[in-house]
Amino acid sequence: MIRITGVCVGLLIAWSVGVAQTQLPATIVQPSGEQLLELIDANMVAATQQSTFSLNIQTRRGSRTIRARSWAEGSENSFTEFLDPPRERGVKMLKLGTQLWTYHPGTDRVIRIAGHLLRQSVMGSDLSYEDLLDNQELLQYYEAAVTGIDTVLERSCWVLDLVTREGEETAYHTRRIWVDRERLLPLREERFGSSGRLLKQTGITEVMQLTDRWYPRRMYFRDMLKEGAGTEILFETIEFDCEIPSHLFTTGALRR
Amino acid sequence: MILKLALRNLWGAGVRTWLNAIVLSLSFFTIIWSQGVYHGMQVDATRNMIAMELGGGQYRHPDWDPYDPLTLPEAHGAIPAPLQKLIVADKAVALLLAQGTIYPDGRPQAVLLKGIAPEQQILELPPIAPAAQPGQIPVMIGREMSESLELGVGELLTLRWRDHTGAFDAREFLITTVFSSSVPTIDRGHIWLRLADLQVMLSAPGIATLVVVSPEMTGTQLETDWVFRSQDYLLADLRAMVRSKSAGAAIMYALLLFLALIAVFDTQVLSLFRRRREMGTLMALGLTRGALIRLFTLEGALHGVLAGLLALVYGWPIVYWTAVTGFALPQASQDFQFAIGDRLYPVYTLELVLVTTLLVLVTVTIVSYLPTRRISHLNPVDALRGRRS
Repeated sequence: MIRITGVCVGLLIAWSVGVAQTQLPATIVQPSGEQLLELIDANMVAATQQSTFSLNIQTRRGSRTIRARSWAEGSENSFTEFLDPPRERGVKMLKLGTQLWTYHPGTDRVIRIAGHLLRQSVMGSDLSYEDLLDNQELLQYYEAAVTGIDTVLERSCWVLDLVTREGEETAYHTRRIWVDRERLLPLREERFGSSGRLLKQTGITEVMQLTDRWYPRRMYFRDMLKEGAGTEILFETIEFDCEIPSHLFTTGALRR
Repeated sequence: MILKLALRNLWGAGVRTWLNAIVLSLSFFTIIWSQGVYHGMQVDATRNMIAMELGGGQYRHPDWDPYDPLTLPEAHGAIPAPLQKLIVADKAVALLLAQGTIYPDGRPQAVLLKGIAPEQQILELPPIAPAAQPGQIPVMIGREMSESLELGVGELLTLRWRDHTGAFDAREFLITTVFSSSVPTIDRGHIWLRLADLQVMLSAPGIATLVVVSPEMTGTQLETDWVFRSQDYLLADLRAMVRSKSAGAAIMYALLLFLALIAVFDTQVLSLFRRRREMGTLMALGLTRGALIRLFTLEGALHGVLAGLLALVYGWPIVYWTAVTGFALPQASQDFQFAIGDRLYPVYTLELVLVTTLLVLVTVTIVSYLPTRRISHLNPVDALRGRRS
């Protein structure tokens, strides 16, 4: 969580930030996939943002909630500090480009998350560290096509299908995104393997309007192979274009 | 004459002699038996690992470091021509390794996927039985894995993996074969697939991570850029582990032997104290001090011989019986990561028996000799009066 709130579900959130700022030209009745993606890619990044959010992780054994505060600079850099519960308090996570570090106050150690560690779950949630780093520009990696109109949460949506471009390397071979036609929010996204198996699902279940923009307030992220209701993300506060000290995006900040 | 005298004295000491001999024989038997157990573990594990995992050695992809899982996603490539020839000639088998995640009861669990040709004869693994329904991909798991997952033949397993470009995919696999193995490193956390299936899953036909050659190829090394690891190299860890456990057990042996030797030493000191008049009489009859020292040393050393004979009487049947029938290992012993079966068969070598016998006899002789040095200062007249010189 580190883009709106940091990295977590970066794409989804960045979308909500970016697309809300950009409107489709009134002349376009049905945009092409590229047009939608261009709008998305062009608006992926809010210059800076600061947010407080909570993760509600629901597993077959029960659920638990983790609160965190996050600062983000563009789509590349983010810093997240966990606030609650007490056992997670003080855990920090730093993302600089495609690199990720975590700091645990109990051991006073900074650990670089790389290789097979990237596949581990973040705090037991349905998100893996790889998901946090997934901030690629979709247009570069996927061929996009608007394949229809559907209704999600009683909202009319464009159905956008993304298929990996020949020669490109992506974590998910295909994706399907339901984009709110009016608010341009990605209300649901499904990620598939090359065999067509649904692997992950993300979505927005509650939105909020700040001035003239629409933002997600409550979202979910679900590993479809795991049991459990997935991980829910609730944004408590969001602030854009705020001042963020530059030293926050250094590994030294993890120990402070 | 000295030997006859020593034997008579030893016999005459009665219970004291037998107590010493029993204590010493226990040490003697414990050392031989437990060393036999360790040797048996090594022999059994070596045989099993060669048969089921190592073969006559391995050729590994240059990028693969088995101690670094981060290398695995990149560690595969086309099989070099010399190795391909061996595979065609049934003298080697190719294996493809990849990481995956299974979801037993919806919980993610990391596994190592191993692709192997089902018709291979190099490793003693059963062939992966085909799936009954077309389109299903069969997999094979070990018995331990089957028990830990609570999944058996005919049940489905959800598996997620990444192909060689890094793209995720997942599907259901049918468990068609469960095999028994005493090699934990091919069972726990392993899912076996047909090589061709795994190559398709990784979208990379014709690739492999390592090639295992048949045991008959041991000592042969081919010209290829893949890294050759000989059987000796691959077994070095096992041997080091057995050496380490054996060395740890040596502390116990030393303690047992020390206690037994203390008993012998004590007996010797007591003899020298109580048998002064006898020593004086023998010297008065013409026995030299040297001969007297030899007599008492021999008496002590004969405890070792007697202990050996005693250990033979009650130890041989036990040693023979365990060597032939083995003994069942507790379930907890599987955690030792030794490739040994449910029963362990100790292996006793002639070298082991001879070295242990020599060790006991030499130490007993030394311990017997040390107190007798006092005899060299013995005055026969004082000795006859029962006094110290």
